[in-house]
Amino acid sequence: MKLPTLREVGTEAKLLLIGIPVFIWTMIPIYHMFVFAISPKEDAFSGKLWPTHPTFHNFSIVFHQQHYFLRDFWIQFWNSTVIALAVGALTLFVATAAAFSISRLRVPGGRAVMNMALFTYFIPAAFLAVPMYRTMGTYGLLNNHWSLILAMVTIAAPYAIWVLKQASDKLPVELDEAATMDGATTLQLFRLVYVPLMMPSLVAVGTYAILLAWNEYLYAFLLLSKDTDITLPVALGNFLAADDSPWELLMTTGFIYALPPAAVYYAFKRYMVGGLTAGAVKS
Amino acid sequence: MAITLSASDAPSPPLSARLSPPQVWGIVLLAPYLLVFLAFVVYPVGYGLWLARQPASYVALYNDPIFARAAVNTLIFLVIGINIKMLIALFLSGFFAQQRPWIRWLSVIFILPWAVPSIPTILSVRFMLNPEWGVVNQLIFKFTGDDGPNWLNDPAVALAMAIGVHIWKSLPFWTLILLTGRLAISHDLYEASDVDGANWWQKFRYITWPSMQTLYITCTLLSMIWTLGDFNSVYLLTGGGPADLTHVLSTLGIRYLRLDQLSLAMASIVCAMPFVLPLVYFMMKRLSR
Repeated sequence: MKLPTLREVGTEAKLLLIGIPVFIWTMIPIYHMFVFAISPKEDAFSGKLWPTHPTFHNFSIVFHQQHYFLRDFWIQFWNSTVIALAVGALTLFVATAAAFSISRLRVPGGRAVMNMALFTYFIPAAFLAVPMYRTMGTYGLLNNHWSLILAMVTIAAPYAIWVLKQASDKLPVELDEAATMDGATTLQLFRLVYVPLMMPSLVAVGTYAILLAWNEYLYAFLLLSKDTDITLPVALGNFLAADDSPWELLMTTGFIYALPPAAVYYAFKRYMVGGLTAGAVKS
Repeated sequence: MAITLSASDAPSPPLSARLSPPQVWGIVLLAPYLLVFLAFVVYPVGYGLWLARQPASYVALYNDPIFARAAVNTLIFLVIGINIKMLIALFLSGFFAQQRPWIRWLSVIFILPWAVPSIPTILSVRFMLNPEWGVVNQLIFKFTGDDGPNWLNDPAVALAMAIGVHIWKSLPFWTLILLTGRLAISHDLYEASDVDGANWWQKFRYITWPSMQTLYITCTLLSMIWTLGDFNSVYLLTGGGPADLTHVLSTLGIRYLRLDQLSLAMASIVCAMPFVLPLVYFMMKRLSR
């Protein structure tokens, strides 16, 4: 075995000198949240770095809804889930159809629609939220899950269309021509050729939309208000309403809320990195 | 602006009867998005601009000290915050480009802030900074015997903390993007420069930077546009306080909205447009090529 040279040790030490602070910086807020989640109330507020009596009691309180702030936990969890899945499905439907139409069928005006979508993508979501709130009121959708679902589809669709269009531009034209020669109708072309070939991008876009909706705070907080209608992030924000908030329960709920998207992200990371970074990298 | 743009660009479907079946399908398949776009972008934006038409709103804004403060805060957030973030991202992309098993593992952990929702982690930071019960001040007390500062009660510190939270959340994403750009640079160039005895700065200056500068600038601009819409970092950490001194334009718009001053909310957004639209125009040129 060859011993590392002094130079190699030096390089490694320099890398560690960067790596360790990066690790600490990344983990602090998450670790803090985790410590709170497994601490009894007294330990949580004493500033300990590890609780003397770690416990899962907080999780049990959350799961059994045994606190004023948590009495609708499961229904809020359900709301978050349904809304995220609905946004994922609707975004996929709207965006796939639009991308197919623009990229494969070369519909007249397709390029203009693509530009309008891109423009929407660049309007900061918090700016669009102001008029969107009033519009949802006009449509009579306030306090209805559809308002949040449609708002999130509006925000997710432009990027989804753009990513899908980029991906479908890469499919060879000959494919469509061959299918049409064999007598495939446009719908068959879409269903039997296009969608199967686009699967990786569709997974990426669907995951993107679901995560976006699950994580959304601002729109959910504006558009929904009843305790049994709101999603989990809004419920988390509502903890702040009281001065003596049960922070250990807030952190526990936050931890539970953060787990599904993190799991989904890591499970689909392969797709996310390929499909989504391509968007920003193209320069 | 959105209105004029969409009006002039709107597709005028050629209703000639000789549309081929694929083109008919094209219009049908495009329709769902167009409906969403008309109902939830064109109409709200148009309505909002109509609300913001009165000069009185702008006078009211001009006289509202909170607006001036929010505009300055937004500029600080964008100009200082984003540039610091992108410089760190550029530096870290070099770090993560090193081929080591432990660095690969670290990169998996490093992406966590981007993978988890921002609300619980921001609230976690908020409690860490709690003057009485937060872990930061408890540690300060333990080691020095003094009470720590009331972090979020000082507008400058509170804004800095909000920028810190923003950086914590989005640094992994930009590092990853810049890393992809860095890995696309041909390795031969570095080997050749090694032969010529170039030091790390020369390698960065003459190989890495020239290949990455377009990407870097694109990323910086994109991050600026998105950060204008970053509501959570400020709202959930400071709530705009103390005394409404840490608002940025995105939280200010929502604040006016909550106070039922919709025309002020829209006017404040319109005021941001001279900065937003050039950035958006530039990005659209980039992306629609």
